[in-house]
Amino acid sequence: MVTTKAVDRYVDAKGQMCPMPVLTLAKAMKELQPGQVLALSATDLGAKRDIPAWAEKTGNTLLETVEEGGVLTFYLKKSA
Amino acid sequence: MFGFDKRQHTPENGVVSTMPATPAAQPLATPLDSNPAQPQRLSIVLFSGTVDKLMAASILATGAAAMGMDVELFLTTWGLMAFRKDDYKTNTRVSADFADYAPVMLEQMQAKKVPSWMDNLLGAKEIGNVHVAACSMTLELYGLQLSDLEPIVDEVTGVATFMEQAQASQVTLFI
Repeated sequence: MVTTKAVDRYVDAKGQMCPMPVLTLAKAMKELQPGQVLALSATDLGAKRDIPAWAEKTGNTLLETVEEGGVLTFYLKKSA
Repeated sequence: MFGFDKRQHTPENGVVSTMPATPAAQPLATPLDSNPAQPQRLSIVLFSGTVDKLMAASILATGAAAMGMDVELFLTTWGLMAFRKDDYKTNTRVSADFADYAPVMLEQMQAKKVPSWMDNLLGAKEIGNVHVAACSMTLELYGLQLSDLEPIVDEVTGVATFMEQAQASQVTLFI
């Protein structure tokens, strides 16, 4: 896995299907402090659009999306 | 629709990285009367009691809850019957038109370890604000009480309560 930045938490959501990726993300984000960075890997076909939509709706920041061999890794920063 | 910034880093080892567009470059659609301080609400009338529709309803409710929306789930008729204590453990009903798909659907869900619709809803209740109400009419028709239903059901209400919730919702669905 290519990690382009340090993360405070890594969540493996590979193999999870809708709605699990956003649910897993929401649960994990709850445990983070504002400013911390979380990376989530997903193979779900809808994740490419769902994760950014989730970030937009919840006011968290999507820093970067990395695609490697069918796996998407999203880097998100928790807002205040 | 969302049009993410198409600029990409030079791929290395087949890895493609995309940076989201800056706010200025990407106008976002905002609901006309949105108030950032007020959570958006999803209301669902859950009328159906077949696993295929319960799955769809649960995924919609769970996704909404995960996105910080308030969710109002109003159980009526077959949807309410599906929430009788322990019923979900043996419910394998599928919409009649697609009865031939029932074995495949249930088998695939098992093989791919897909969480059940009840699992999804329990997860939604844990992560977000999900209110589950049972239709008083259906309860009375079949001689049921709130205590006959799964604990995830919060209370008994009628159509007026649901309409009040729906009027305050940005999204209302009939499933």
